[in-house]
Amino acid sequence: MRRALLLLALAAAFAPAVPLAEYGDVVLDKRSTPNGVRPVVFPHWFHRIRFRCKVCHQELGFAMRAGANDVLMADILDGKFCGMCHNDRIAWGADRCDLCHSGKPGVPAGIVGGAQTSGPGRW
Amino acid sequence: MRGNTIRLAAALVLLVAASAWAAASLWLSLEKDGIHDPRSPAIAILQQPAEALEPLPRDTAGNMVNWVKAIDSGAINPRTNVLPETVVRLREDDIIVSKFGSMPAVKFPHRAHTLWLDCANCHERLFKSKIGANRLSMMAILNGEQCGLCHGAVAFPLTECNRCHSVPNASLRAPRPVP
Repeated sequence: MRRALLLLALAAAFAPAVPLAEYGDVVLDKRSTPNGVRPVVFPHWFHRIRFRCKVCHQELGFAMRAGANDVLMADILDGKFCGMCHNDRIAWGADRCDLCHSGKPGVPAGIVGGAQTSGPGRW
Repeated sequence: MRGNTIRLAAALVLLVAASAWAAASLWLSLEKDGIHDPRSPAIAILQQPAEALEPLPRDTAGNMVNWVKAIDSGAINPRTNVLPETVVRLREDDIIVSKFGSMPAVKFPHRAHTLWLDCANCHERLFKSKIGANRLSMMAILNGEQCGLCHGAVAFPLTECNRCHSVPNASLRAPRPVP
């Protein structure tokens, strides 16, 4: 019986953790929390159904490294970064704050989609 | 008696592992994913991953979606550009790298990559466009550099060794001359 319990404990320890968030989700919070709004959640899966990577990472100029982009609301309103589409023409406009600023307060920024390699040193 | 206990324990271990695996293979709903605020008004409006991803070709890792197949099968047709003047570039050759190592050689398909990406996403900063000019390192890749910039973050993860290391080295050696 003791061995059975030990095996169960081992199984629980080595069972794959249930991933948090969807693979490739990015939390952006350089400016949100300091300005009193929820962090932004960017879902790669949603966007890549509709746009190829090159649209944002080439035409729009988003660097392919979490944390490397300083996205200001002023730029978005100016039609840059997210504002290239989030302008009420291709996608909802910047007045729909809550739809992007939907992150849980305090959630750390970065790629959080539970990469199955359990994470490299740096994304 | 003791044998029965061990058998029971083994069955339980399998059950726990299987249920954990099954749970891991499902898409979590936004309010339960740990990063969305369940009290955010967005939860009722945003599309749920399961609704969007369930109809797409299945995979065994990442988003559980074979994204290249999703385009090829016509399940999705994501826009290639938003600016009318953008030239959409596609390249279709394969490049064989990392030959004769301890793993099978790597076949890099330009097509699957340019279907999604532009040449400039990788060239010339990340990779030189010259055969043999790039020193690839699995250490760097696991560290989120080189291929690891996307693979492991948004493209299929680094657990899928054989999807890149797919060419047997023996098939690359020149055939022995017939005596």
